Amino acid sequence: MRKLTKLTAVFMALCLSVSAVALSGCNGSDGGNTSDGGSKLSSDSKVDTSSVKEIYYLNFKPEISQKYEAIAAQYEKETGIKVKVTTAASGEYEKTLTTQMANADSAPTIFQINGPVGYENWKDYCADLKGTKLYDSLSDKSLAVTSGDGVYGIPYAVEGYGIIYNNAIMDKYFNSDKKSTEFSSMDEIRSFDNLKAVVEDMTKIKGDLGIKGVFASTSLKKGDDWRWQTHLVDVPLYYEFNTGGNALTNCLNAKELAFSGADNYKNIFDLYTNNSGTDKKQLGSKTVDESMSEFAVGDVAMVQNGNWAWGQISSTKGNVVKDTDIKYLPIYTGAEGEETQGLCIGTENYFAINSESDPAKQQASVDFLEWLFSSDYGKKAVVNELGFIAPFTTFSDNEKPTDPLAKEVLAWMEKDGITSVPWVFAGIPSEKWKNDFGADLLKYVQGQTEWAKVVENAKTSWAKEVQLKAE
Amino acid sequence: MQKAIKRWFPLFVLPTVVAFIISFIAPFIMGIYLSFTKFKTVSNAKWVGISNYTKAFQDSDFVNALWFTVKFTIVSVITINVIAFLLALLLTKSIKGTNLFRTIFFMPNLIGGIVLGYIWLMIINGVLSYFDVSITYDASYGFWGLVILMNWQLIGYMMIIYIAGIQNVSPDLLEAADIDGATNFQKLIKITVPQVMPSITICTFLTLTNSFKLFDQNLALTAGAPGTETQMLALDIYNTFYGRVDYQGVGQAKAVVFFIIVAVIALTQLYLTRSKEVES
Repeated sequence: MRKLTKLTAVFMALCLSVSAVALSGCNGSDGGNTSDGGSKLSSDSKVDTSSVKEIYYLNFKPEISQKYEAIAAQYEKETGIKVKVTTAASGEYEKTLTTQMANADSAPTIFQINGPVGYENWKDYCADLKGTKLYDSLSDKSLAVTSGDGVYGIPYAVEGYGIIYNNAIMDKYFNSDKKSTEFSSMDEIRSFDNLKAVVEDMTKIKGDLGIKGVFASTSLKKGDDWRWQTHLVDVPLYYEFNTGGNALTNCLNAKELAFSGADNYKNIFDLYTNNSGTDKKQLGSKTVDESMSEFAVGDVAMVQNGNWAWGQISSTKGNVVKDTDIKYLPIYTGAEGEETQGLCIGTENYFAINSESDPAKQQASVDFLEWLFSSDYGKKAVVNELGFIAPFTTFSDNEKPTDPLAKEVLAWMEKDGITSVPWVFAGIPSEKWKNDFGADLLKYVQGQTEWAKVVENAKTSWAKEVQLKAE
Repeated sequence: MQKAIKRWFPLFVLPTVVAFIISFIAPFIMGIYLSFTKFKTVSNAKWVGISNYTKAFQDSDFVNALWFTVKFTIVSVITINVIAFLLALLLTKSIKGTNLFRTIFFMPNLIGGIVLGYIWLMIINGVLSYFDVSITYDASYGFWGLVILMNWQLIGYMMIIYIAGIQNVSPDLLEAADIDGATNFQKLIKITVPQVMPSITICTFLTLTNSFKLFDQNLALTAGAPGTETQMLALDIYNTFYGRVDYQGVGQAKAVVFFIIVAVIALTQLYLTRSKEVES
């Protein structure tokens, strides 16, 4: 009996403390909300930043973390403000950011959001950057993440993806006497039908070309399927939502997906998987890394990826792809008017300033970013060290990156009569949609489900995710 | 002496209690509180009542994961304990090199879950590639892959516990049974098994909770593929956190449900097997 009363006492104490925590938690969140509206940043430096000793940038890109440290050291030398740079491990950014943000005193002052959906996630923490020089110097203001009148995310690196091909292999094909198409160079490939003819002909004589397949393996391992469930689906999404106004905004506001480009998606997806050196049933265990190294060692002629992949290709052991041979082709899917279609150009990298941090620190953070993208040292570092295609007017033509894929991206962006495809996929309602779509693609490629079912699932899942988001 | 200890008891126990409160009680209560809120970081939570729980149970992935986990746990608890017990019986007979075998069987347990997951992924995919498929081809491949992996990892550990139990069986009893003319099988069922009941309790407890809470092996081996069909509860909770905007609270609610299930199962099992233990 005594034991029982003891237990009840402990239990009640627990209950009490639960409600105590609950109450204090409520208070805390109230305080947080009121401070939201107050912060607006401008470059007129109304806020005195002389008291700021340190700002904190949570970096998204592990591959360039060391380069940021050198830049931070230079900035400290010039201004005396220490820039603490911490890098989240690959794929762990959201998790790291969530834990780092929890402690208001040591939270990052500069962080990164991945677009409008990322902004939804972090809107309580994003300061308005409308009055900053950084925003003013954007070469295309529509790239920024906006909401109402405010500007909450500034893109800092434009990236592009498409079908990367190895021109050495293509030349071998065009000069081969066994080819049965009339094409004689990649410049003539301007539609899905052209591409399909060439690719299927190449598959027929792959032995002579010394390749195992035309396309690198369509990596559908979980976590490695983003090239298909995010990037490739962008093309049909663009054609569906490019109906006037901003395609991304249309996509974001779409309650339903008609998936009118589903057949186009199937066209290119089937082309990838039917003309690859890898058996379809093996694709569920293939990773992006494997796919890129197949390309790098010359086993395949083409692979769909973005300009960030150059490092991966050039550092592969046994790489045979010369930097003069690596070229881009837009992702043709058989859509109407695709002759003028360019690469998929956009960004998932937006700077945001933590509105919950001290106003002086916020200002100092903006100062640092403006320095990085407008001072001579900063610009040089951005181009040569960080390798960004920075979308700011402060960069002149001779301050552009030198790696072959980035150069190709720029070349495609500047081609006459070519329209780049924006990254509409940022408007996909949730990660869950992408993951489910990727899983369905795997089932389809393994012959376990019909294409019609994949399309149907994509539509119902879209409607469901939009509804859940609205709740 | 006794009195002095009693008087100073609170002082001595204080550091442990404080540490326990800071690192266990406080986060635990915080966690329960967060499951009733909408939050991004722990400091900006807003109270939303039980809506997180309704969302959690409406989520078909969660229910699937629950069933998958239950099936997996039943199969692996049985296989692990049966095989571990048989191995223990074998290795308590006087065979040459038993110590070497014990060490070898125990070794897989020393390898971390993620590493083991990747190693087995290579092995299983290597074998399956002869049939031109991979482990993510079908959910049943992933299921049996996980069972094999879990067996591989835990059998050695459970075996050690069983060996200790079997070695403690009183030789007097066995000898008496011999004189009474009991067969080997009778001796096993009537004497050895009841005598090692404490080991069975601890082993079923360990395998049950370990299987139910399995995470890293699941992540490394299949990551839930195909789709979310081989996703177990812990992995589902983890993915819920980052799968949708504002779903942290739902993930937290799932975690609380998960805790309750584990606690109930573990306590029931302990009660049931304890009641079968005999005083030796």
